[in-house]
Amino acid sequence: MSKHSDVIIIGGGIIGNATAYYLAKKGLSVTVLEASKDIGIGGSSRNGGGVRQSGRDTRELPLAMWGIKNLWPGLSEELGVDVEYTQKGNLRLGKTEAHQKILQGLTDKAVSCGLDVRMINGDEIRAINPYLSDEVTCASWCPTDGHANPLTATLGYYKKARELGVRFITESPCFELRKIKGAIRQVVTPDAIYEADKVLVAAGYDSRKLLATVGIDVPMMPLKMECLVTEAEPPMFLQMLGTAEADFYGHQSKHGSFVFGGSSGFEPFNKDNGTPISSSIGASCTCRGIIKYFPALADAKIVRAWAGWLDDCADHVPVISPVEEVPGLYIACAFSGHGFGIAPAAGYNIAEMIADGHSTIDLSALRYDRFKPKQ
Amino acid sequence: MKSINDRSQDIGPLVSQTDDGIIICRCEEITKGEIRQAIHDGMFTVNEIRRYLRSGMGLCQGQTCGKLVKSLIARELDVIPAQLDPANSRSPMRPVEMKVLGNEEVHHV
Ligand SMILES: Cc1cc2nc3c(=O)[nH]c(=O)nc-3n(C[C@H](O)[C@H](O)[C@H](O)COP(=O)(O)OP(=O)(O)OC[C@H]3O[C@@H](n4cnc5c(N)ncnc54)[C@H](O)[C@@H]3O)c2cc1C
Repeated sequence: MSKHSDVIIIGGGIIGNATAYYLAKKGLSVTVLEASKDIGIGGSSRNGGGVRQSGRDTRELPLAMWGIKNLWPGLSEELGVDVEYTQKGNLRLGKTEAHQKILQGLTDKAVSCGLDVRMINGDEIRAINPYLSDEVTCASWCPTDGHANPLTATLGYYKKARELGVRFITESPCFELRKIKGAIRQVVTPDAIYEADKVLVAAGYDSRKLLATVGIDVPMMPLKMECLVTEAEPPMFLQMLGTAEADFYGHQSKHGSFVFGGSSGFEPFNKDNGTPISSSIGASCTCRGIIKYFPALADAKIVRAWAGWLDDCADHVPVISPVEEVPGLYIACAFSGHGFGIAPAAGYNIAEMIADGHSTIDLSALRYDRFKPKQ
Repeated sequence: MKSINDRSQDIGPLVSQTDDGIIICRCEEITKGEIRQAIHDGMFTVNEIRRYLRSGMGLCQGQTCGKLVKSLIARELDVIPAQLDPANSRSPMRPVEMKVLGNEEVHHV
């Protein structure tokens, strides 16, 4: 097996897989190294499937908007896998005046970036989604938001990239990046040393340790999030939902099941005796939150619950950047809990950045060296 | 032991079989043929097949079909089943209504 390719990507999540696909489409040879046995084992298979622009930081909003306009609508066809993209809007719900304030603030920011999002009242909300309880009094409404299936999207990019000749090697935890004559050249795993002139680190939170081997740091923290899914229910609504306080978020999937994410507030403090575990209070707490907004779901049965890690950046915005001080090195991590929705656009633009030296969307606000201490 | 880590290895062509139409995952109605196709699409682990096709994601959570899926992968990739990990198990053990799961008592003083 050849250990040399044009580009090595570290991390077989949706960011690594999508970038590999777009690079292969440009004719470059690509090797993806994945630490675990399963492609897409990280956040990419564990997220809530939100494809949103509303609520996004203005620095990543252009990427989110571009992807929703140009890539998501045709993605199932392009990958030959149903990614279940559903563009029926996002309601971010509130019950109190404090909620209204939060929602108004987010809305004003997004409008200033040219996004069609507006505040609506209780009656307008229930005209869009009649299942919401009367306690819900305000919401931000973004009709171009939506959701998709993270599992088929992540594995769809993998399947298509593999078809185009991208080499995926699982159980290959990279532990060192090596420079030769000042430029990036080698990626070391327990079994082999791989070589390329360009290396993309897209390994979620674990990118940090790896980048440290060439003296680069991205300030981020691992943060646990929990999700649950119900059995299939008759079709009720198609919107993506969230709340001002972020007590839960979710949607009904094409299959009929409801996928919800939520938290108890204790996640950072869960027991960890060497193996981090979920707490039994998490799913219960999320259920209570959901029932308050959706009394009709009280009888829906939960079939599965799980948790995943976020790579939460110091400023909660991703790092997508070339590293000029280590020529040939690129970073795409710290997606801070919202990397699924922007993954196609991120992958497309990262591929351009690596292959052509510039990208369709200006990514300079997402540079790795943007972090400055307090004055 | 043969490794399945190189996902570009040649596993030969997908040859259709007379019983490709039988249902392997009863909850989600996934057939043997669909699972074999998924393996040839590159899904080499039980977890990947499950995420790609939903096999083992229904009411019984793979308690019935888990072993069958594993043996199909093993045969298609020409490895021993013991080499493959089972799909991740998740709580709850049985489906539970939201109002029951959410009914755990909370004492706010
Ligand atoms: C519970 C939850 C809910 C979420 N909800 C949403 C949502 O609704 N909308 C949204 O847009 N986003 C959401 N997200 C965030 C989204 O899932 C992530 O931002 C996105 O999947 C990031 O993709 P990634 O490829 O960067 O990371 P990952 O999918 O984590 O992939 C990183 C990969 O790198 C591998 N790796 C790690 N270290 C090494 C190494 N040393 N060598 C080789 N490989 C390595 C890992 O095994 C992993 O497969 C959610 C996340 C979670 C956890």
